[in-house]
Amino acid sequence: MIKTRQDMITVQERYGQALQRAKARFVVCAGPGCVASGSLQVYEALVQELKERNLHTTVDCLLEAEGQRDGVITVNSGCQGFCQLGPLVRVEPEGILYTKVKADGDDVREIVDAMEAHTVVTHLCYHDPRTHAIMPTEQEIPFYKHQTRVALANCGIVDPEDIRSYMQRGGYQGLATALELAPEEVLGKILQANLRGRGGGGFPAGRKWAIAAAQKTDHKYMICNGDEGDPGAFMDRSIMEGDPHSVIEGMLIAGYAIGASEGYIYVRAEYPLAVQRLRQTIDDATKHGLAGKNILGSDFSFVIHVKEGAGAFVCGEESALIASIEGDRGMSRPKPPFPAVSGLWGKPTVINNVETLANVAQILVKGVDWFRSIGTEDSPGTKTFALTGEVENTGLIEVPMGKTLKDIVFTIGGGIRDGRQLKGVQIGGPSGGCLTESHLEIIVDFDSLKEVGAMMGSGGMVVMDENTCVVEVARFFMNFIQHESCGKCTFCREGTLQMLQILQRIVDGHGEVEDLDLLIEIGEAVQLGSLCGLGKSAPNPVLSTLANFRDEYLAHVVDKRCPAGVCHNLRRLVISEEKCRSCWLCVKVCPVNAISGSRKEPYKINQEKCIKCDACLTVCRFGAIEEVY
Amino acid sequence: MNTTVLGTEEAEASFDLGFLNEVLAKTGTSTAALIPILQAVQEKCRYLPEEAIIHVAAALGLSVATVYGVATFYAQFSLEPKGKYVIKICDGTACHVRGSIPVYEALRKRVNLEDGRSTTENRMYTVETVACLGACVLAPVITINDQVYGHMTADAINIIIDTLGQEGTEHD
Ligand SMILES: Cc1cc2nc3c(=O)[nH]c(=O)nc-3n(C[C@H](O)[C@H](O)[C@H](O)COP(=O)(O)O)c2cc1C
Ligand code: SF4
Repeated sequence: MIKTRQDMITVQERYGQALQRAKARFVVCAGPGCVASGSLQVYEALVQELKERNLHTTVDCLLEAEGQRDGVITVNSGCQGFCQLGPLVRVEPEGILYTKVKADGDDVREIVDAMEAHTVVTHLCYHDPRTHAIMPTEQEIPFYKHQTRVALANCGIVDPEDIRSYMQRGGYQGLATALELAPEEVLGKILQANLRGRGGGGFPAGRKWAIAAAQKTDHKYMICNGDEGDPGAFMDRSIMEGDPHSVIEGMLIAGYAIGASEGYIYVRAEYPLAVQRLRQTIDDATKHGLAGKNILGSDFSFVIHVKEGAGAFVCGEESALIASIEGDRGMSRPKPPFPAVSGLWGKPTVINNVETLANVAQILVKGVDWFRSIGTEDSPGTKTFALTGEVENTGLIEVPMGKTLKDIVFTIGGGIRDGRQLKGVQIGGPSGGCLTESHLEIIVDFDSLKEVGAMMGSGGMVVMDENTCVVEVARFFMNFIQHESCGKCTFCREGTLQMLQILQRIVDGHGEVEDLDLLIEIGEAVQLGSLCGLGKSAPNPVLSTLANFRDEYLAHVVDKRCPAGVCHNLRRLVISEEKCRSCWLCVKVCPVNAISGSRKEPYKINQEKCIKCDACLTVCRFGAIEEVY
Repeated sequence: MNTTVLGTEEAEASFDLGFLNEVLAKTGTSTAALIPILQAVQEKCRYLPEEAIIHVAAALGLSVATVYGVATFYAQFSLEPKGKYVIKICDGTACHVRGSIPVYEALRKRVNLEDGRSTTENRMYTVETVACLGACVLAPVITINDQVYGHMTADAINIIIDTLGQEGTEHD
């Protein structure tokens, strides 16, 4: 039971001493990427190896036998970020990072040997692809070196299932600080820090809290939005799985500031581990007196429920999310009234994103000035991104606001895969926009992204190279949105369908030049005629690619060509004169008699007639049929 | 491959009200409990039997239409029994740009799914796409009953189905 700040400090110190008494701590990443590449098996193998050598211990053993030294602690942590090179194992206290560790073979044995001999297994360390230098620790690796971790400060480090591990990192001291202040003072700090919502809009959290705090009612709610619907984003998931206490602590502080006594975390259906972790975290916090009744001996009480979403993107939108918690179809409701005035069951409700809340406790502990010293004047702090697509280093990153796109894609991301050319970067998922090479120098914060027609969104950042067709990507997003529209507004429901059909026509090779203007016209109408953010931002990917890549659209509609070589229907099948042996096989299989020629001459395909069925391609034994884009 | 894994009649007969009552005892009968109740039924039966929808509506004092409306709004619920193996093809942005659709199409072809259907005739496989499973580095990714497979290709999916097919018949 934790009753005072002193109790927290005692846990912090004792846990810290136990860690110091250990010979080493093996932190095996159990983030989604690493698990999928087999990190749980690596964990088992490490434990097995340590047990065989009589080296395995736990924090509890070390805590009990105060004098005991030695032994290695093993932890399954949340995402350590560098998913590209998973499974990852970090050896503390040295901070050596092993990459692509395999459970079978010698890797595990070599890691334990090296730990005992105080050496490093160089072939498992990160190698700089250019200089070939070996970089054993995170501090040296460019991917990590240029990041600043605030929301992810503990993710990949703490044991997410042990509340004491969180306290060892200073956890729950933000809550203690908050409870020593009046609610207005806590609110004042978040306002001064200008913490802006990380869920997309960038609305100042303090302003939202202030509106709810000013409402005089018996009951208010605090909701954490963990719906993370952007297809291509996994930051919130990583925080909920890897550092769930930071989210709970943020919610408690927010609840205290606005005068709420009940909270919900709404978690996306596809994240079962996050749901399980959060439930356990709430139980643990409650058992320790850090949630539930009379928190830390004060008269502040706050209960938290976990709600599982049921698979609807629009439920990330505040009013739809509220409808869903109430047990209804997740359809958006008109605003005002804003949820902060009348939300869940008509009561004042504040909704914040997972990452926003993960910043809150640290602002209270480290201070407003510290927070404002990171990032830009108008967007203080950091932002996490899921960096994916055709970039060399994919993974979960966090950077101060105000880094340039170039810093992110090239310095941290290591540039484009296989030395290919950058084509565009899609930021903000289906609500965002597509930036090009000419935007590389823009700084990434809420306002400057808006200026160029993109949007921070939740922080999915998908890098595309010359082999990605932007028209097809625009179609992909429109298809996603069209499926996810809740159907309430005609423009969103029908407009997105029309846009999708036009885009489909274009990638199928039946587009016309007029279609491009039509897309813009419908897009603008959808923006105007939609109630919620889903519809309002749905045309963004199309409009921004039309603005930035008009040539590529024109190639599709005028030349009937897909320069990236993606759109299948825009290929031409041609017969290579050199390779053709005039064997007649293709002529025989062509269902539309599009191939002609005589015995001695190479054959030809009549493009007018060809239906691109690929029959000739499959049958030719000399590889003479070529696909030309 | 004519073996029926779970026939509609069997599934409907196997829907037991006892289970529903247990769920109701835990969740209560407020409107807010509707989605969690349907989630419990979906998890147990792999779909929402008509009978269950009618009983839930009665227990919560809602119209059947309201419950049906909620059940059809959310992608998690299905009104048709799902297959023994639920295969989800991640079509998040990263997987999409790295070729998830060819894998999806190869799979549908392999298990003989006709247009518009997502579950095979014999209830062996359900094939669906899903937005981002959060394993973008392994793109394209699929899950089969929540087990993740990365770096998928059309060939790889064929091999996986071969093995599942064998397992499936062995167990029956
Ligand atoms: C269609 C749509 C989907 C959204 N999805 C999410 C989401 O997945 N996660 C999230 O935090 N916010 C999402 N938002 C934004 C929320 O409505 C809301 O602004 C946010 O949760 C507020 O938290 P913040 O101020 O801390 O960012 C979405 C908005 C729209 C319109
Ligand atoms: S804009 Fe679209 S998603 Fe939003 S309320 Fe209207 S129809 Fe629903």
